[in-house]
Amino acid sequence: MNAKQNKLIRIPMPLRYLINLALILALWGVFTGLMGAGVITNYWSGILIMVGVNIILAVSLNIATGYLGQLPLGHAGFMAVGAYTGGIFIKSTPAADLLKAGNAAACLPYIIAALLLSAVVAGIFGLIIGIPALRLRGDYLAIITLGFGEIIRVVLTNIDSLLGFKFTFGAAGLKRIPKFSGFHLVFVCVVLSCMLIHMIMKSRHGRAILSIRENEIAAESVGINTTYYKTMAFVVSAMLAGVAGCLYAGYLGSLYPATFRFMKSIEILVMVVLGGMGSMLGSILSATVLTILPELLRSVADYRMVAYSLALVLMMIFRPKGLLGSYDFSMSRLLEKALNTLFHRNAKTEKGGGAQ
Amino acid sequence: MSNTNKKRPATKLVPVPSTNIIPERDINKSPILEARHLGIDFGGLTAVDDFNMAIGRTEIAGLIGPNGAGKTTVFNLLTKVYHPTRGSILMDGRDTAGKSTIQVSHMGIARTFQNIRLFRELTVLDNVLIGLHHEMDYRLPGAIFRLPTFWRGERIAKERARELLSIFDMQDMASHQAGSLPYGAQRRLEIVRALATGPSLLLLDEPAAGMNPSETAELMENIVKIRDTFKIAIMLIEHDMNLVMGICEGICVLNFGRIIAKGTPDDIQANPAVIEAYLGKKED
Repeated sequence: MNAKQNKLIRIPMPLRYLINLALILALWGVFTGLMGAGVITNYWSGILIMVGVNIILAVSLNIATGYLGQLPLGHAGFMAVGAYTGGIFIKSTPAADLLKAGNAAACLPYIIAALLLSAVVAGIFGLIIGIPALRLRGDYLAIITLGFGEIIRVVLTNIDSLLGFKFTFGAAGLKRIPKFSGFHLVFVCVVLSCMLIHMIMKSRHGRAILSIRENEIAAESVGINTTYYKTMAFVVSAMLAGVAGCLYAGYLGSLYPATFRFMKSIEILVMVVLGGMGSMLGSILSATVLTILPELLRSVADYRMVAYSLALVLMMIFRPKGLLGSYDFSMSRLLEKALNTLFHRNAKTEKGGGAQ
Repeated sequence: MSNTNKKRPATKLVPVPSTNIIPERDINKSPILEARHLGIDFGGLTAVDDFNMAIGRTEIAGLIGPNGAGKTTVFNLLTKVYHPTRGSILMDGRDTAGKSTIQVSHMGIARTFQNIRLFRELTVLDNVLIGLHHEMDYRLPGAIFRLPTFWRGERIAKERARELLSIFDMQDMASHQAGSLPYGAQRRLEIVRALATGPSLLLLDEPAAGMNPSETAELMENIVKIRDTFKIAIMLIEHDMNLVMGICEGICVLNFGRIIAKGTPDDIQANPAVIEAYLGKKED
């Protein structure tokens, strides 16, 4: 069986990357084209940006939930840290005036700096909370991270009175953040985030993270430093949530602590669980659907949380592993399969020749 | 099936001053592992007490005893899953006091588990690659940017993994999901994963459990083959007396947490205390 498989067509490594690159460029081309042609209206391109932000949130939570196998409930907290970091930073730079003048190119370094800073600050928070929290498991980890998320929100609401000057503008909200998040920026960030996760997961570091999910005792017995890799996964997850938060700040232009309530964390978790824990494509798809669907069903928006819970309950009953389970999509694998079925007859007759 | 080592090297066992039995070829070298007066209490219960043992550099040692005698507890002590209440463990002459399971693994102790602990959802190859984690030396940036160090490390590790899998003729199963393998293959995969860490002492907890006689015979050959090719010490817990008496050079019998006998297979089979505690049932 396997000996036969070895004879089949395999796409070599650099070509695989090229195929993926082509696919991403094509997708980008389609969206840009549709937007240029006016098929995607301004309203919908706004939703597309939110889809992108939610995709980053979902795939980043998927690192901690799907790959590491923990259940943190404070993802909105990291997003809030990123959002406020990015928002406050970009407000303090001349980026706003540049954007107003239509000089987006000159603004780019500030935007990149804001994104990176958001990632770093959120990552530091991830480290601070991760080190004690990851000593706990299951429900306890969920509760401590939930508490952390709430602490962040409460601090953002009340810190000004403690500092004595306007910093986060409390419950009134951080307003007039230059709106720097365009479709292209979000698209690039989504692609880079997914790539980053893919590169980490398909390496020895990623395998170490997976081994912790699969069997922590066995992982330790083969010398995997479980504490280190748990923290690493947690920090990467927090960093990407920070990036998503920053993009969110740059899209909406104003931030309110109430946005980052516990329900926001649950919303992100629902995306991951629905798509299938441990599946990046699952997270991407369900983030897309769960962002667009509420827009389409605005008339019944009040029942959204009911629908979420119902979807989760049904999912747990009928498909506990999520829509896609831990299946991950690979364009190259699909192509290989297609090519192999296409040339199957040829491969069969030439098998004796020992073709690749 | 493709095993070549049918003939086992004849070993004479010589008693050493510490009343431990070490094969003659290892006698001039310090033992790979030494347990001195090892003991652990769980609350008021003494699970293991005054456990003394030395294992030679290339010895196959057996640890036997009735159910609940504390055999797996000894393994858990050696791998620091439990920390001993009393006594010390010297790995290659270095004290392991205060070390963690991870550190002990880096010192060269690898183990398998009685209730198989594979990374079930991952492929067979990935299971072995996780064992080879420290063989690859690229760091996180190397992985993220796919630097040459990444490709080289991965290539070498994959070759090595296939090589290790070929010990048990499992290289064709590399892309299978570990949890979907038949029971015997899962046990073998666990041994391969343990070997991947490059141990100098391999602890096997009931490697033949659930195997049929022909599989067990094959396993026996493979254990000897592993010892001969990797030049490592192997210590095993096993209930299959054919296996233990067939390949172990030194045997330690445990009952109620204490060693009741130590010696060569012949000594053990003739030992009245052992017969009473353990083999007696069979002899009835």
